[in-house]
Amino acid sequence: MTETFGRRDFLKTAVVGGAAAAATGIQEAQAQQPAAAAAPPAAAPAAAPPATYEFLNLEEAAFVEALVDHMVPADHLSPKGTDLGVNVYIDRALAGAWGKGDRLYLQGPWKRGVPNQGYQLPLTPAELYRAGIAATNAHCRKTFGKPFDQLDAAQREQVLVGLSTGKITFDDGLPARTFWGTVYQTVQEGMFADPIHGGNRNKAGWKMLGFPGAIAVNREHIVQYRDKPFPHEPVSIADMS
Amino acid sequence: MATKLKEVDVVIVGLGWTGGIMAKELAEAGLKVVALERGAMRTPANDYALPGIRDELRYAIRKDLMMNTARDTLTVRNNPTQEALPMRRLGSFLPGEVVGGAAVHWSGHTWRWTDMELKVRSMYEARYGKKFIPDDMTIQDWGISYAELEPYYDRFEYVAAVSGKAGNLDGRIQAGGNPFEAPRKRDYPLPPLNQVLSGVMFTEAAKNAGYHPFPRPTANASQPYTNPDGAKYGACQYCGYCQQFGCEANAKGSPHVAVIPFALASPNFELRTHSWVNKVLKDSDGKRVTGVTYTNVLNGEEFEQPANLVLLCAYALNNVHLLLLSGIGQPYDPNTQQGVVGKNYCYQTGVGATLFFEGRHFNPFMAGGGTNVTFDDFNVNWDFDRGPHGFVGAYNVSAAHNTGAPIAYRPLPAGTPQWGTAWKEARVKWYQGAMGIGASGSVMANRTNWLDLDPTYRNAFGHPLLRMTFDYKANEQKLGQHAAKVVNDLARAMKPTHLNEAKARASWTVVPYQSTHNTGGAIMGTTPRDSVVNRYLQSWDCHNLFVLGACAFPHNSSYNPTGPVGALTYWALDAIKSKYLKNPGQLVHA
Repeated sequence: MTETFGRRDFLKTAVVGGAAAAATGIQEAQAQQPAAAAAPPAAAPAAAPPATYEFLNLEEAAFVEALVDHMVPADHLSPKGTDLGVNVYIDRALAGAWGKGDRLYLQGPWKRGVPNQGYQLPLTPAELYRAGIAATNAHCRKTFGKPFDQLDAAQREQVLVGLSTGKITFDDGLPARTFWGTVYQTVQEGMFADPIHGGNRNKAGWKMLGFPGAIAVNREHIVQYRDKPFPHEPVSIADMS
Repeated sequence: MATKLKEVDVVIVGLGWTGGIMAKELAEAGLKVVALERGAMRTPANDYALPGIRDELRYAIRKDLMMNTARDTLTVRNNPTQEALPMRRLGSFLPGEVVGGAAVHWSGHTWRWTDMELKVRSMYEARYGKKFIPDDMTIQDWGISYAELEPYYDRFEYVAAVSGKAGNLDGRIQAGGNPFEAPRKRDYPLPPLNQVLSGVMFTEAAKNAGYHPFPRPTANASQPYTNPDGAKYGACQYCGYCQQFGCEANAKGSPHVAVIPFALASPNFELRTHSWVNKVLKDSDGKRVTGVTYTNVLNGEEFEQPANLVLLCAYALNNVHLLLLSGIGQPYDPNTQQGVVGKNYCYQTGVGATLFFEGRHFNPFMAGGGTNVTFDDFNVNWDFDRGPHGFVGAYNVSAAHNTGAPIAYRPLPAGTPQWGTAWKEARVKWYQGAMGIGASGSVMANRTNWLDLDPTYRNAFGHPLLRMTFDYKANEQKLGQHAAKVVNDLARAMKPTHLNEAKARASWTVVPYQSTHNTGGAIMGTTPRDSVVNRYLQSWDCHNLFVLGACAFPHNSSYNPTGPVGALTYWALDAIKSKYLKNPGQLVHA
């Protein structure tokens, strides 16, 4: 891969508040608005190695890098998505067994069904991702004249809101919200799965939450730390190996 | 052409709790026993060991220990007007696929179902009249009483290392236990687990509201324990990786700890893993079965294993599937209401609220599979009058943390941004500051909820998939609304900073995960007209075939099913050993 990918700094100047979940019916007070733009990064990220990809092509890599850095901006809580390795996690997941449809029943006939019947596309996760990126970029080109990774932060925000709320539909018939659901889940996995899977670099996702990771025993902790902070550096599978 | 093997005394299909108990006991009784298990051998020392077992992605998200839906799944729909479509990956429920079955990755919650279930129709009719039960609600008495099952519940609790506190010892109510439970002869083998903060707060709030909370009985050993057979358990470490994981501490009551090692130690027992049973073979007179055919999934080779006694011990749904594929018993037809195989499939309903408390430290990652507190005031409490509410059934209410594994555990107040810095801030704040209150509700059998064979989709062996037609009916919707109100009132009384309210489920969906509590389809009863098996779980059609597990339940309660699954297995075992083997034939003459 070349240096041109994953080196975009839109977020340094943009306030990224994220989109309110529109699908929920309850009008709760929203979480506090971010004071993030001015805040220093949580930690100077360790120099991330240049990302290399098993599955993603150049356009897909650019899309995923832009996506994870928009969804997970660098702020006082964590480094940005690419510095966490979320892009690498996604690539490895798509290149691996899960991406290729391991454990997925892939026999036809193929019917749309109703939402209660769950996933019904004739696509492996890798195929869904590939088709979804192409369709999202087609939408972006039609709407903004350029692909997702070349949009500014406000435009990216608009696209993600459109995907997550179903306002965007794809011309080629791919269900946009199914694509979004997979994207969203893989971003979560890339932030919070054990680092052996390629994301959550330096356990930064766990440190952010205060999750202790692969801790062996809590038998003595459960009463001692009831309603108290648990000051424990997270341990990963590699740390314990 | 299948290779015909030498006949054995007993063939067991599936090696989880029911198969493991049968394998141990019948091999030790001197019978030649073969178990056929579709999955692989896994052992705690080799497979559930630290640190690899602490991998949320592998086990909880990718479901490494569970049924592979690429090879075999089922089709699902809510009603007969829909076309059933394949469950293409796991979601709502999670059958297992290794030696030990789903009891490797379960949480351990172990209940005694009472006569309110076992005599459901007669008790409701006696109290409310026949008209209270809707015409399409096909509930029936089970043909067995709590008093008959009590010694077998006891045996299972002591085998499985259940931690809990008795609430009713021989009719004497015990402080700290469940005052509504049916009388038991002795306490649990182990004291309850330690409580987590959410359980402590819930206990106080429930007591203030006049309810009767108690620590949930669970097969997580609260202390090191040796069971009556000599199986050794370690103590629960509250690791927060219980459900969907194997236990590295050997603290979870699982058949690969409690019973299967004894079977494997017996020269009378042989385990064949990677063995996919396709069919149970009927004798020419149709009154006996002669064995099973199976495929070695490592090379595709087919075998016939003749046996004098066939025990179906697979997951509830798979037992029903095998009966249908084998043509044993008359398939249920919801139009004519004739037939029994596939009848009375049930699931569970439930509601959940999430409470957010500013400044609290719940430490959700310090928890056991059963660190729950529950109250049964709307459950096995027969003084709770269902009459004004117009539903049959019950729900239990509970709270706890069981895991804080962070890919899946992401509580957020409704309306929180889904990404960006504001999302991260909320994620951090509420990861420590949230707890849930949930209610698990029963589902009564209905004539249009059933299992049969799918007309279109097939598994990797070329056989039709099982088809599930299921939805919640008005009865369950009313129950859910009652539960949601109780949960929300209690939650509000706890004065959370934010509350995501509980809502009744209107319709069943195959995603996301709800519970692996599928019941019915090969139900027990008092006559061949209304049941597949008799009170000893013996097939009415073929006397040397027994069908174990929750497929025998004529309806589903609000409780987790493993307590009666274990008790009925020991009950059936006793009947096999003390009656059937001495005089093979029908144990019940209808």
